[in-house]
Amino acid sequence: MATRTFTYDFSNEVSGFRKKSSFPSGLFINGEFVDSVDGKTFELINPTTEKSLGHITVASEKDIDIAVEAAQKAFDTTWGLHASGQERGKLLIRLAELIEENIDELAALESLDSGKALAFAKSWDVQEAANVLRYYGGWADKVHGKTVEVDEATLAYTRHEPIGVVGQITPWNFPIWLLSWKLGPALATGNTVVFKPSEWTPLTALRIASLIKEAGFPPGVVNIVPGLGNVAGAAISSHMGIEKVAFTGSTAVGRALMKAAASSNLKRVTLELGGKSPTLILDDCNLDHAAGWAAFGILANQGQVCSAGTRVYVQDSIYDKFMEKFIAVIKRVKVGDPFHPETFQGPQVSKIQFDRIMNYIDKGKKEGATCLLGGQQHGTEGYFIQPTIFTDVKPEMTIVKEEIFGPVGVVAKFSNDEELIKLANDTVYGLAAAVFSENISRALKLANALKAGTVWVNSYNTIRTNVPFGGYKQSGQGRELGEYALENYTEVKAVHVNLSGSPPI
Amino acid sequence: MAPTTFSYDFGSEASGFRKKTSFSTGLFINGQSVDSVDSKTFEIINPTTAKSLGHITIASEKDIDLAVEAAQKAFDSTWGLHTTGQERGKLLIKLAELIEENIEELAALESLDNGKAVAIAQAVDVQGAADVLRYYGGWADKIHGKTIETDEATFAYTRHEPIGVVGQITPWNFPILMLAWKLGPALATGNTVVFKPSEFTPLTALRVAVLIKEAGFPPGVVNIVPGLGNVAGAAISNHMGIDKVAFTGSTAVGRAIMKAAASSNLKRVTLELGGKSPTLILDDCNLDTAARWAAFGVVANHGQMCCAGTRIYVQDNIYDKFMEKFVAVMKGIKLGDPFRPDTFQGPQVSKIQFDRIMSYIEHGKKEGATCLLGGQQHGTEGYFIEPTIFTDIKPEMTIVKEEIFGPVGVVSRFSNDEELIKLANDSVYGLASAVFSENLSRAIKLANALKAGTVWVNTYNTLRTNVPFGGYKQSGQGRELGEYALDNYTQVKAVHVNLSGPPFI
Repeated sequence: MATRTFTYDFSNEVSGFRKKSSFPSGLFINGEFVDSVDGKTFELINPTTEKSLGHITVASEKDIDIAVEAAQKAFDTTWGLHASGQERGKLLIRLAELIEENIDELAALESLDSGKALAFAKSWDVQEAANVLRYYGGWADKVHGKTVEVDEATLAYTRHEPIGVVGQITPWNFPIWLLSWKLGPALATGNTVVFKPSEWTPLTALRIASLIKEAGFPPGVVNIVPGLGNVAGAAISSHMGIEKVAFTGSTAVGRALMKAAASSNLKRVTLELGGKSPTLILDDCNLDHAAGWAAFGILANQGQVCSAGTRVYVQDSIYDKFMEKFIAVIKRVKVGDPFHPETFQGPQVSKIQFDRIMNYIDKGKKEGATCLLGGQQHGTEGYFIQPTIFTDVKPEMTIVKEEIFGPVGVVAKFSNDEELIKLANDTVYGLAAAVFSENISRALKLANALKAGTVWVNSYNTIRTNVPFGGYKQSGQGRELGEYALENYTEVKAVHVNLSGSPPI
Repeated sequence: MAPTTFSYDFGSEASGFRKKTSFSTGLFINGQSVDSVDSKTFEIINPTTAKSLGHITIASEKDIDLAVEAAQKAFDSTWGLHTTGQERGKLLIKLAELIEENIEELAALESLDNGKAVAIAQAVDVQGAADVLRYYGGWADKIHGKTIETDEATFAYTRHEPIGVVGQITPWNFPILMLAWKLGPALATGNTVVFKPSEFTPLTALRVAVLIKEAGFPPGVVNIVPGLGNVAGAAISNHMGIDKVAFTGSTAVGRAIMKAAASSNLKRVTLELGGKSPTLILDDCNLDTAARWAAFGVVANHGQMCCAGTRIYVQDNIYDKFMEKFVAVMKGIKLGDPFRPDTFQGPQVSKIQFDRIMSYIEHGKKEGATCLLGGQQHGTEGYFIEPTIFTDIKPEMTIVKEEIFGPVGVVSRFSNDEELIKLANDSVYGLASAVFSENLSRAIKLANALKAGTVWVNTYNTLRTNVPFGGYKQSGQGRELGEYALDNYTQVKAVHVNLSGPPFI
């Protein structure tokens, strides 16, 4: 069967790209777009309208085998250390530039697919994806081992070698941005990739496949294979020819993946999982700023952020003042058509997610929390949910313990910092946290005590390309972004050259 | 019930300590030697005589809970970052010195328990353990994060924090040396430890427990809990209060640990597993020293080394000359009482291992390989096995593919380097390898092409405290020794301090 094409006419949208987009939506394997072995497809739904966007090809287990084969061949011939770091870096930078050249189309596709506001898709998601790829392009020729002084009879050194074929599985909340987080360090260090974007939001990855080819990456270096988690994702996790898998998604799937790695070939695993991050509002904070950042921490990307600050702890002495400003900010947030230039919050990504979040909201009400704001669907078409705030919460409530992944926050009071730290750390997660205080000692002491991989002081969700990001505890293992990500994709070889030592026997 | 005590009179041994020793063999938890909750014990056997050495206490699941509780309390109060790196370093150095002060007794215990030659136990194992602890003592106050320039409105930095309570499980082949490899980096970086030595060889760990107390480590910082793999080991792997487990042992158990980690709390896992490492003898090597190093690679520690060079590939044009020298060295190996000063090879560690190795030897003969040397039990008392060499082997034979963990090597020919690399890398393992050649380009090209975490050039088994060690592929994940080991015991927290940026909403 001929490979599929995705076509959409953006002319009627309110702002942005406003042209027709058309590109191959088959599996991108060995530099070509191909149909899946079993011809299976998956239907994409526009979360703003609930209407079908057509079908894309999804990968079977056999397609993953074919992708791994192509990736291994490329690793052994045209990539790995056969291509110098300089060459690998140039290609990554070229890809970053091609993304910037096509920024309007990519942003439109991202909004269409995921429901996020077009303005953010362009200024944040797509622009940052280009920035991350350019950043790692700069690292490609700076992968350093060490020489280690042992004794005069020995030359000992380490090499930080690429692992080989790596598998990467990304979620639907930041499709193109997380693609760059994954491809950047993997390709910079010389690995080849079998990349599975979420089947719900595959469009930007598939559009980028064409750019990868245009940039000049040799065939097989990057293979893009959308597919179902329990088919293509499972095939990647269990594959005997993949030596490393990187996954961003839910904690439950993270566990399954680690077990599959253990059962198959003990492949290396890095995980970026869920969170229930605390935002701490202290009595000596800048109240206006804190209210704005705290709201942003809950509502950014429709609450579909792993590091969302969904538990807000407010010092009792400033609670009323804070809540007044906080609610005012939230009420101003514009929910609507992502293509509208004033929209801040679009729909949730899918019906499944919409139902899941509404379920949590109902649970919150049933458990006795006060639904201070929101709590209902927004409008009648599309998976829109009103920004929602619960107060009068108790630590054991489901809405306080579990990750909701929607525009829903819970607010509680605290009286002193000792109590606060216990409340903040009382979770199986440890992805992020934020402290709002103008007092340096107080802020940094709390930052030290928080069990989280990222602590924001007087901001929220300001993720930087060159600063590491990752989880403590059940929020994951390993760090992405920054120099730290290179470790995930290299294997250390120690070479000991004996210059003159005699054997002991 | 009082905990067990170990007593032994070394007075009649051929060399070494020659005094009486007596110390508690209860579980060392929270600074005290205690009985296990269910009073279970394990009988330890002297592999040289096959006679009982008495019973030691072994830990139940409940004892592991108690140890974790003590370790967590210490981490939260007297250890972690509550103790400076300088103080942690001083204690590690003190422990190293105490080990050196008691080197003869510890070496004698190691030989008695494990069967290794006492001269080697003293010079390599115990001295090596002291060196490793002193080395990591020096790292303790040199744990560095980074500051990262992002923009003028932000101060971003990382902290490399201890993880908390870590679980460590070590094997019976290098009991005190593996203890040092594990405790060193874990304690230097501020973690507290629940340490399970092999129940087959617990004596040096239990004697070191006394020295840990003497050195002044606060109670609960190090807890030493010998126990069965499927009881204490499983309890550690599954424990919800342990955030990281480090394991050295078989690949099969490594898989089980990773699955347990995934099922429980997604604890971080590092593994040092098995190997079937290739030794490459090229036609331009120094034949005399190559033969001696190759033999050492097979028989050191009675073949009970994860990195043993048990597959030897010899270039066909020097095969006969090499084999003449190699067999002569192997024939010259002195087997016998580990306490005799001229003994090189003692007994295998246990009946189970003895039977396993003899089974592989039988298999080799059945599969049609030629048993050129050895192949029988040595003597009639104790678990001694003759140094054994098989030739006329094929890649698919069991004795070529599987790790035997005894004084058994297989030898094969090759004609050119391309064929050689394929043969050498044809293994699920990737722990070590060695290249013997006097030609720089040839040696380094092969070193580059070998899929192994350690490549020795013109030497074998020369492990260095400051050079990383660990496996490619199914030989493990993560690196021990050197600066690299610190990464196993720290987690990265990124702190972003917003100096002036207002919120986005």
